[in-house]
Amino acid sequence: MIYKVSRIVSLVIFSVLIIIPSLIVVFGSTKTDSEVYNKPLALPEKWSLDNFRFLFEVSNVGRSFLNSLIVTGFSVTITLILASMCAFAISRMITVTGRVLFSLFAVGLAIPGQVNLVPIFILFNDLQLTNKLSGLVLINIVTTLPISVFILTAFFKELPKEMYEVSEVDGATPLRIYRSIALPLSRPAMGATAIFLFVITWNELLFPLLLITDNDKRTLPLSLLSFRGEFFSNYSMIFTAVMVASIPMVVMYLLMQRSFIAGLTAGAVKG
Amino acid sequence: MGLPAAIIFAGFYFVPFIANLRYSLTRWDRITEPEFVGFRNFINLLTNDDLFYKVLGNNLRFTFLVVLFQTLFSLIFAIFLVKNSRTNIALRTLFFFPTILSSVSVGMIWLFMYDPNFGAINLFFTRLGLEGFALNWLGSESSALYAITFTQVWFHTGQMMVIYIAGLQQIPQELYEAAEMDGASRWQQFRNVTWPMSIPTTIVVMAYTTIQSFRAFDLIFAMTQGGPNNSSNIFAVLIYQTVFSELRIGYAATQSIFFIIVLVFVTILQRKFLNSRYEK
Repeated sequence: MIYKVSRIVSLVIFSVLIIIPSLIVVFGSTKTDSEVYNKPLALPEKWSLDNFRFLFEVSNVGRSFLNSLIVTGFSVTITLILASMCAFAISRMITVTGRVLFSLFAVGLAIPGQVNLVPIFILFNDLQLTNKLSGLVLINIVTTLPISVFILTAFFKELPKEMYEVSEVDGATPLRIYRSIALPLSRPAMGATAIFLFVITWNELLFPLLLITDNDKRTLPLSLLSFRGEFFSNYSMIFTAVMVASIPMVVMYLLMQRSFIAGLTAGAVKG
Repeated sequence: MGLPAAIIFAGFYFVPFIANLRYSLTRWDRITEPEFVGFRNFINLLTNDDLFYKVLGNNLRFTFLVVLFQTLFSLIFAIFLVKNSRTNIALRTLFFFPTILSSVSVGMIWLFMYDPNFGAINLFFTRLGLEGFALNWLGSESSALYAITFTQVWFHTGQMMVIYIAGLQQIPQELYEAAEMDGASRWQQFRNVTWPMSIPTTIVVMAYTTIQSFRAFDLIFAMTQGGPNNSSNIFAVLIYQTVFSELRIGYAATQSIFFIIVLVFVTILQRKFLNSRYEK
């Protein structure tokens, strides 16, 4: 009895705590600012997309959206290629090299790349990689490599050894085995990793903040942060910007809940 | 084949890591040449920097509270939602949802929720006649860090819950059946079956939450930038400010080294504590 009541009460409280803020944002993005302040939870008086139109007119949020897409796309793809090759190599090497390689990334997992913000800032300035999307792609790859290598190594290690041995007898090179056997088999693991990487890269703030000063090179989280300064506390505009930044994720989440949950969980468990 | 990844990682993780050690021995504003000062930054930081100790305290408190509550709540919700019924799956999807948002979005949403005049939190308390709870949550030194702690827990509890559910579903059902036959209450079942069987999952959840809380830069930067009066400042934000507001590269590098030391120390302590539980 006590169990049942406390179960229902706590589930309802947490649901409300998630639903109410979400509704405030969704409704708020179609309201005028005074409406947001006076009746944050009420349905909008009239549904309008004026805020979105205004936001795209006065700010370069469209540009930021595109930048985020470019940076995330390249970061995730390149990380996946590098990490899967590396993980494949590690899983096949029982030698010292494999272990060294693995512990190299283990350090990166225990001490996240974010602690390097000072030297990265200096190094990227020296290499003139600041204010460049390619610079962001590079640093994203570096910070997400360890976790990706971990997830994929765990997966490759589970593949039956016989698969490889047969093709080795046939004289296939490691690269060949990787391309025609390991990769096709690893599609689910790659998919999970891709989603995990997509979410953290799309949402990343620290390094863009550190490396980008040019308005045209901003990614979405950075633009969102600057709107807080520009629109001060004009929450209808801020909520509109939150909507623009979140819609791609939310749509993908609703379409592929299972893979999302699996991907973001794998990231934590294997790490 | 592992070479490309290893080279990139060595070049942009380990090389900067070493460079950071070098910077920590200098005084440097990036305008003039760096000046070698030996261990003066380290001595200064340890003996003459109240802000450092304040931030250290904040960071440890923040991490401790986030780990405690996030682990606790995610375990409780996992127990409540472990059965694969339709409602449970829908609720899991809902609880997991905040995880996919960006920290900046979450920060903006909760800035409004905590707004002293218009925010839903204070609106709720005043409606209930509890004006005493209607605080300036993010604007006052005594509550800012806790308000952010709550947001961080709200943000990631669902993610950890899913990990726990996966762990709980591995527990053999016979153990519960046997416990029930012996007339064990729900609490006893939790104490003697669920909790000991889920310790491996707890280790994973706590380790991940710890790292996550040390990396809460985005959320804190979006919500308070460490204010008011550094009451919600944590290491990552402090280091950023030392680089950009104070232009003290050498000192920021020294702060980073202490950041790493604390992070490693906390991780080791936690592993030791949990492993001793595990072996019992």
